Amino acid sequence: MSAVTHQSILPERSGLARRLSDFLWRHPHVLLLILLGPPVLWLGIIYLGSLLALLLQSFFSIDDFSGLINYEFTLATYKQLLIPANFDIILRTVVMAALVTLASAIIAFPIAYYAARYAKGKWKAIFYLGVMLPLWSSYLVKIYAWKLILAKEGIVTWALTKLHLLWLLDAWLALPVVGGNSLSISYTGTFIVFIYVWMPFMILPIQASLERVPGNLIEASADLGGNPAQTFKYVLFPLALPGIVAGSIFTFSLTLGDYIIPQVIGSSRLFIGQAVYAQQGTAGNIPLAAAFSVVPIVIMGLYLWMAKRMGAFDAL
Amino acid sequence: MTAAVLFQKVSRHFGNVRAVDGVDLSIAEGEFFAMLGPSGSGKTTCLRLMAGFEQPTDGHIEIFGETAEGVPPYRRNVNTVFQDYALFPHLSILDNVAYGLMVKGVGREERRKAAEDALAMVKLPGYGVRKPGQLSGGQRQRVALARALVNRPKVLLLDEPLGALDLKLREQMQEELKSLQKSLGITFVFVTHDQGEALSMADRIAVFNNGKIQQLGTPEDIYKRPQTRFVADFVGSSNVLSSATLAKLGISAGAASLRPEAIQIGTSWAELLTLSGTVVACSFLGAVNRITVDCDGQRIIISAPAAMPVPEQGANITLAFSRNDMHVMEQA
Amino acid sequence: MRSDRSSTPLSLKIAAGAGLLFLHVPILLIFLYAFTTEEKSYQFPPPGLTLQWFAVTWNRPDVWEALLLSIKVASIATAIALVLGTLCAAAVSQTRFFGREVISLLVILPIALPGIITGIALRSAFSMADIPFSVWTIVLGHATFCVVVVYNNAVARFRRVSGSLIEASMDLGADGFQTFRHVILPNIGTALLAGGMLAFALSFDEVIVTTFTGGQQSTLPIWMLEELIRPRQRPVTNVVAMVVVLVTFLPILAAYYLTREGDQIAGAGK
Repeated sequence: MSAVTHQSILPERSGLARRLSDFLWRHPHVLLLILLGPPVLWLGIIYLGSLLALLLQSFFSIDDFSGLINYEFTLATYKQLLIPANFDIILRTVVMAALVTLASAIIAFPIAYYAARYAKGKWKAIFYLGVMLPLWSSYLVKIYAWKLILAKEGIVTWALTKLHLLWLLDAWLALPVVGGNSLSISYTGTFIVFIYVWMPFMILPIQASLERVPGNLIEASADLGGNPAQTFKYVLFPLALPGIVAGSIFTFSLTLGDYIIPQVIGSSRLFIGQAVYAQQGTAGNIPLAAAFSVVPIVIMGLYLWMAKRMGAFDAL
Repeated sequence: MTAAVLFQKVSRHFGNVRAVDGVDLSIAEGEFFAMLGPSGSGKTTCLRLMAGFEQPTDGHIEIFGETAEGVPPYRRNVNTVFQDYALFPHLSILDNVAYGLMVKGVGREERRKAAEDALAMVKLPGYGVRKPGQLSGGQRQRVALARALVNRPKVLLLDEPLGALDLKLREQMQEELKSLQKSLGITFVFVTHDQGEALSMADRIAVFNNGKIQQLGTPEDIYKRPQTRFVADFVGSSNVLSSATLAKLGISAGAASLRPEAIQIGTSWAELLTLSGTVVACSFLGAVNRITVDCDGQRIIISAPAAMPVPEQGANITLAFSRNDMHVMEQA
Repeated sequence: MRSDRSSTPLSLKIAAGAGLLFLHVPILLIFLYAFTTEEKSYQFPPPGLTLQWFAVTWNRPDVWEALLLSIKVASIATAIALVLGTLCAAAVSQTRFFGREVISLLVILPIALPGIITGIALRSAFSMADIPFSVWTIVLGHATFCVVVVYNNAVARFRRVSGSLIEASMDLGADGFQTFRHVILPNIGTALLAGGMLAFALSFDEVIVTTFTGGQQSTLPIWMLEELIRPRQRPVTNVVAMVVVLVTFLPILAAYYLTREGDQIAGAGK
């Protein structure tokens, strides 16, 4: 056949594919439906459905004698969250998540800033991979590594002994709250491992937001007489803030829901994740477990809402 | 003779925005047709209606006498040169040019030859093995042209084809496009916001504003006899004389246009109309000087050859022009 | 680097370098411990080095079973996520419709919310619907949070396959399917591959949701978690940890090179 034709409108071609293509072109809504259908059904039914079912259960209660679920609407389970033992768990988790987020931002910022502004070419790639590889390497292996490091016979004790600084560690462990028998069963240990595991999620959003700061803006600030501290305070930090907020969504959320790190490395006092796990598992109290898991959802909901208002999603 | 492209009361609305609002248009076969207007005037939407990327909300479109509404772009024997060229980055130049033939099922050898011929036609022989990223802007533009023309379209649509090129290249491409169109005899429809480009290349021009055609005519018509204040302003920044100024000249009309280059300074023959005013500003524009004069609140711009002596700022001068150069507008 | 290097403040260099060291030293330690002769504790420095634990691990059927299950789950979950994520990305980036933001939120939610919530929600839904735990319940959970990885990669690339490329293809006579095959797929292919690799790595490593959706089956992370809580044979765990690090590095590196190449290709069209 010849492609050169003298018609201005080519005839409709037969064939199923072509007819379907014509149909979809005339009915873009059908195309949209075909594209969106499977993912929306999957996420909407399987995921949101499960989530709503879970939320529903938090409005039931458990019968203390029979241990069976009482399917009547009640807020009693939520009231249980407020008893001191449970409220402590929530408070402990939120404080830990906030501290981890703050520390992560402080450690992440110089890495992100260096990578965004000074690293060029090959070094940029090295920095990127240097962040991506730890970020993506196995969660459990990372925790395991810290179990090795923080163990009494591990590298920390060894290094401090060599430096004749073991007394410093002992003094720290003797402190209330943050101390303990050894680093691996103290809040300090939990805190360090949380930072280690979630901090990489902070670096990339900060780097992305800093990369959008034109270099001459910093020079302009210096040119106008700003010293480095002022430049940081008035130029760099406000511009990096959306990135920090975006990163903090990860560090905060991931710390809130984690139940493995405090279980493997930490004291025996529970975090929200552990409480959920214990309530739904050994205790068999699904309603309380559900009510507990509503806490991070609500906190993250508020957090995301605030983050959106600060424009953090552009930095993701 | 059937029109190459025919619009009958065509409208295209996006929500409340009337991008194209009741346009009537008839483009003859073999014509070099320009759609001129500022951005958002509806000219590009008209082009997209011809290509089939948009469907009219209202009205009727024909391409060579055949109804075009509801016909997808891939069934229209109409091709487009995109503003950003839209070359496929993953394909070689040769495969880019041969793309239209490939999807129509032309054999490998035949389409390779056709694509090479098309590349030779746009003066890029032997560039087939490269990738779009390895070409300059001007070269990519030629590839986009070859990619469209290799299909022998009945109508070629060009969307701001020269917008991204620098001045020298633009002038060169204007001539090449013009001669290419002449030798191929294909109907060219091109969209531009540059009046100079439209005036120098097109056989006829449609000036768009707010989704409507303000005036349709030959370049000379448009330039010398603007029918509306918008056309007078947009095409070569004409002076628009107010009714008060016209009254001083003994003419009773709402408004009239007067080209800056049609005005002389200081000379005064009986058959010329004259106005006097004060020089407000002078600027040197290379071949001409632009002189701004204030005549009792009426600003008049004069384009005087650079060889002429420049009046001093604040000087009182007399302006003279022929009644024939002045065009009374139908609407203000 | 040249001139910039000298102007880099020393304190910044030290802070950035220390931060990177902090991220990498623990992982390097894993490699060292895989060779230690010490069996009963995490003694540092290792009293001696040996290769014997590699052989011991190689002959452990439970490790192999867990590994194979993890690969199986990750492959199926990745395949599902590729389909769902690509469809969703295409819909969001190629068409304008009411509620796009809702869709984006829906896709991101499974990783934005803590994994334990996804896990417990699915678990209680399974038990309510009387679905027995199996490989498929694990896959179901994994696919749900893997969609977002594919989606993010695909959406970023779709954005760069400018609308005019698709219009150009249709203008030149290609119908929807031809356009998909000849223009869209070649341009998003590497992004999908990268997204798939990351989804695989994510699923391969997932433990929190799996503890809720898996029954008797144990994936490699579940196996490791048991070893972490109740260590039985530490040297085998050490070796498995090292292998896991190496295995997850490969898809990450591949994904990085794929998207980087893709950027160059896509950038060339500008």
